[in-house]
Amino acid sequence: MNSFLEALIALHIVVGAFFIFVGSFGLLKLPSFMSRLHAPSKSTTIGVGGCLVASMLQLWAVEGSISVQEVLITFFLFMTAPVTAHFLALAYLHTQRANNESLPKPSSNSNWSSLGDQETVMLTDSANIPNQSQE
Amino acid sequence: MISYAVLFGFVAISVALIMNLWRLVVGPTVLDRVLAGDTMVVNMIALIILYGVQRNTTLYFESALLLAMFSFISTIAYCRFVLRGDIIE
Repeated sequence: MNSFLEALIALHIVVGAFFIFVGSFGLLKLPSFMSRLHAPSKSTTIGVGGCLVASMLQLWAVEGSISVQEVLITFFLFMTAPVTAHFLALAYLHTQRANNESLPKPSSNSNWSSLGDQETVMLTDSANIPNQSQE
Repeated sequence: MISYAVLFGFVAISVALIMNLWRLVVGPTVLDRVLAGDTMVVNMIALIILYGVQRNTTLYFESALLLAMFSFISTIAYCRFVLRGDIIE
């Protein structure tokens, strides 16, 4: 293994480990759940990606091939991390439905779409009642 | 050079795991604990991969793959349980 490839692998490992550390530090220190959610879901994923690229480079340098498992782990982690973060945010929105002040405000004047649907359903229900009584 | 980098990675990821464990114990809500557990599994995958780099073997990558799949499924199941009160309707 030449020294350039060795330095590249070492750089990937160090940068990946640093990003994992930053993600976990953000999970510990940030004030609210929504900001705590985005620290590990972005930073830790890119850190694991760096470690996986380093492992792939090392295996390619030593054996001349890339194992299927590493590609599968990379694919699976990068596919599932956004889905997990989205589901956690959705569950948090619905647990905090009662006290709306603790949620971050959406950009426009409306409510969050996941919560606003229920209000429109309730409005249409109450709007349907006089129609039914007229009939 | 790689051995020093792997040592640095071991130390950094171990400190990160301790911080995740702190959030898992303290966490004000249930979802904080779910998030901390999910992050702990991701850090464990990185630790297993670094161990594979250090030992120069591909023996442990299947366990990392299994951990990735099961952490995703368990997190989704827990979020669904919090959302709906049921996992499979």
